[in-house]
Amino acid sequence: MLSQDKRHIIAKRIAEELEDGQIVNLGVGIPTLVASYLGNKEVYLQSENGLLGMGPSPAEENVDIDLINAGKEPVTYLKGASFFNSADSFALIRGGHIDVAVLGTLQVDVHGEIANWAVPNQPILGVGGAMDLVTGAKKVIVAATLFAKDGASKLVQELSYKTSGIRKVDLFVSDYAVFKFTDEGVKVVEMMEDISIEELSEKVGFDLEYLNDLTLVSNK
Amino acid sequence: MDKVIESSELRKYFKSGDVILTGGFGLSGTPLTIIDELLETDIRDLTIVSNNLGDLGQGLHKLFMQGKIKKAIGSFFSINKEAVIAWSKGELEIDLLPQGTLAEAVRCGGAGIGGFYTRTAVGTELSKGKEEREIDGERYIFEKAIKGDVAIIKAAKADRMGNLVYHTTARNFNPMMATAGKIVIAEVDEIVEVGVLDPEFVVTPYAYVDYVIQSKYSKIGSEYVESR
Repeated sequence: MLSQDKRHIIAKRIAEELEDGQIVNLGVGIPTLVASYLGNKEVYLQSENGLLGMGPSPAEENVDIDLINAGKEPVTYLKGASFFNSADSFALIRGGHIDVAVLGTLQVDVHGEIANWAVPNQPILGVGGAMDLVTGAKKVIVAATLFAKDGASKLVQELSYKTSGIRKVDLFVSDYAVFKFTDEGVKVVEMMEDISIEELSEKVGFDLEYLNDLTLVSNK
Repeated sequence: MDKVIESSELRKYFKSGDVILTGGFGLSGTPLTIIDELLETDIRDLTIVSNNLGDLGQGLHKLFMQGKIKKAIGSFFSINKEAVIAWSKGELEIDLLPQGTLAEAVRCGGAGIGGFYTRTAVGTELSKGKEEREIDGERYIFEKAIKGDVAIIKAAKADRMGNLVYHTTARNFNPMMATAGKIVIAEVDEIVEVGVLDPEFVVTPYAYVDYVIQSKYSKIGSEYVESR
């Protein structure tokens, strides 16, 4: 499977998790793709640079470069939208007023702690809103392919990259499986590939188990 | 009361070593004309407080390339290759803050509050050296407020008294920066007479603003172009 397809499969699966009426913040990368799979759901997108009710990208002739998303790309706004300053925007985020944050990540540990801001072996000079979103959103879903380009699993027993905060995420949607983080650690809730849990455990490098006796749902 | 001045009069309000609060996210809401005026001065050793250091050779990026910036306090500098190199060589100090912490620190600075406790960044590298305390069973770190010598901001419209309204996401950090500088200079796309702006929609009241200048930039397609 092409990596581009994997990214879209992950985004589509995350869209299924979102519910009518929710306020959602989509991070850059795979999370941004989620917007294209929302269908008729009434999900309101927040952008941390000061917009609630973000719409799709405009046609080239309608670009207004004052109006951008957190990735600095031109966007539009929908009926019912509002603009606010950065302090108010992060009050929404830190104060628990965002229902779901969908974030990319470099690593997730078995308890759901993530590392998604500091690229290894490079000077760490950017954090943006990553730590605020991890800390403050009511629910955090992370989106990433399960394996890095070098083959290393992004689901790890212990983070080797720098943590984004002590808050544990709720769900990790990858191209191989959907993982939920419980008090007993990580559990597989759904396979996205035709693969057994033993095979997946071997690829990841440690033993994985299903959440309770969940029925296997294949999403080929 | 008329706070409108010519951009050429701006230089006297800045001096070497100043802490300059700068509005903007990417280039949206960045006071590009005021920054261009700074390029014409010989002031140096500036500390810049801004989300990022401009973009694509515009805004604060130009000021940085001139070697005028000693220290940058903000949330996102990784895309600026030259800044990363300067930092590695020890030529640029960087104080990295989460974006929400940056916004709140400046808001506090302008509101007479010394600092605040936040859960953001607890347990991470960015909490190193910061006081931690538990409040209602949760871990928080202390972040000190930020104030500046001069705040340079961008708004859509000003009246001659300095009341400001903004345009879409170009608002971003500007309303906070407007409160936290000893001198506050607003660059705007349009200057109107007092009484024209609807008081219900004024975002920054004139009390915060010292000087207003007309922007020399226009939006053309997906660029800000110097056009006046």
